[in-house]
Amino acid sequence: MNTSSHYDVAIIGAGMAGLAAGIRLAHFGKRVCIFERHNAVGGLNSFYALDGRKYDVGLHAMTNWVPPGAKGTPLTKLLRQLRIERDEFALHPQKRSRIAFGPAGEISLTFTNDFAVLEAEVAQKFPAQIDGFRTLVGLVRTYDDVSLDAKPESARALVRRHVTDPLLEDMLFCPVMYYGSATERDMEFGQFVIMFKALFLEGFARPLDGVRVILRVLLEKYRHAGGERRMKCGVKQIIAAADRADRLVLDDGTEVTATHVISTIGAAETERLSAATAAMEAHHPVGRLSYCETITVLDRPPAALGWGDDTIVFFNDSSRFTYEQIAGPVDARSGVICLPNNFAYPDGADLPEGLFRCTCLANYDYWTRLPDEAAYQAEKQRWYGDIQRSALRFLPPLPTPDALGRATVATDMFTPRTITKFTGHLGGAIYGSPVKIRDGRTPLANLYLAGTDQGFLGIVGAMLSGISMANFHVLAAKA
Amino acid sequence: MTKDACKQIVLDIIADIAPDEDLSNLKPEVRLRDQMQLDSMDFLDIVMELRKQHGIEVPEADYIHLASLDSCADYLTPKFEALGK
Repeated sequence: MNTSSHYDVAIIGAGMAGLAAGIRLAHFGKRVCIFERHNAVGGLNSFYALDGRKYDVGLHAMTNWVPPGAKGTPLTKLLRQLRIERDEFALHPQKRSRIAFGPAGEISLTFTNDFAVLEAEVAQKFPAQIDGFRTLVGLVRTYDDVSLDAKPESARALVRRHVTDPLLEDMLFCPVMYYGSATERDMEFGQFVIMFKALFLEGFARPLDGVRVILRVLLEKYRHAGGERRMKCGVKQIIAAADRADRLVLDDGTEVTATHVISTIGAAETERLSAATAAMEAHHPVGRLSYCETITVLDRPPAALGWGDDTIVFFNDSSRFTYEQIAGPVDARSGVICLPNNFAYPDGADLPEGLFRCTCLANYDYWTRLPDEAAYQAEKQRWYGDIQRSALRFLPPLPTPDALGRATVATDMFTPRTITKFTGHLGGAIYGSPVKIRDGRTPLANLYLAGTDQGFLGIVGAMLSGISMANFHVLAAKA
Repeated sequence: MTKDACKQIVLDIIADIAPDEDLSNLKPEVRLRDQMQLDSMDFLDIVMELRKQHGIEVPEADYIHLASLDSCADYLTPKFEALGK
């Protein structure tokens, strides 16, 4: 084995951000290697197989969908930057989604990839709020959300200036927070804008075969551009010298050197690789928000259970929407239902089986401190049932009480423990640290962050993060 | 190298970077930015593709010369000729 290799750029992590950065850099002639500890690419948006079935790890829906011909949005920017043709991602738009609030979802706002639908829903259900809502939307549309040095502002405070009904405020925050907020209770307004655009002004879509399609395209581009990757070989240490990342120690003990290092594994996670970056963790703490998700495989499409066309349902049963770490194992008061069959696939195509996924906030410490494996499995089983029962309140009633059980052919569930085990994200924090590092800088001059803790969120955001950091720190950097 | 050939090289690069744009009616004297959606990331790509595909260096101070097809041709044609193209 080669014990001394030099790269122009070493990338830590083969998730969306790492692959996108790698494609850019390799395309422009840099010698690049991506180091990935896991045996599959994708990071937080990976895939796995269980009992002969294929599952996506995290993908509910890809956000930021815009129709062909739309210009200047994150999706079109990333397609250009990575030289990907739109059809390669084979995205199919959602049918419709809902935000359902109240003990049984009595108040709901439907939205689709046509923003006029949400606007009309707000006008109908919150007539006193529609003017303020429109003003807020105007503010969101004109906000410079990709600025790398924006001043942080409270999204709750800014939204309240225009939306004065707390119910509508919470209904807008629920999807935006569940699909990307690393901060409890409130968000930085720039993050709110990114997510509001991604979910409501743009929209949801999915390839029929899920996240694998996206990853396959990225891998082919990367390989074609001449990028290298090392799988099942993470970086275990960054050795610093003179305020630079001098060399990387790999899991197998070998060392490599690189002119630039892009880490996509998170701020605190990167800090732990090097004593020289120790200042980072104090300023960029491990996130406190983690999740459980139940996955139920059905012998029929969800619509056949009388559930209609909903693609995603964001729900909350309480008077206020609470997005924070709770003391108990799972907060089933609110959550997200995803029915991946309900995208508008062409020619009547559908997934091979029905899928019903439910996500709720969960407490990392609880799930990782259970005394033994038996206790862990028992808790999983208990909460699988409780999460699903909670979610069912927000879907149309089943034809018979046992219909779901009889249609179920397989189940799986992830917990905060699963997230950290497979992605390395500390605290099971899918969205990373509450404090983002927009310019990607670290205490080491040639080490930059991209991905989750740089702060562009979602699959499209993660890819744009990798692109931006590769452009800003390597390709456009002054020699 | 003629200026028309130089414009074609720039057009080919733009077609590669922005396949979703209609390039058939571009006015050579009008700023590219005013005729289609090109942001600073796209201009960076034009510069880098010139370097990658043709060995031409455009220093940041000269990016202004890439504003329109005409100005691209005026600025880049001598650079191509200096490379013997």
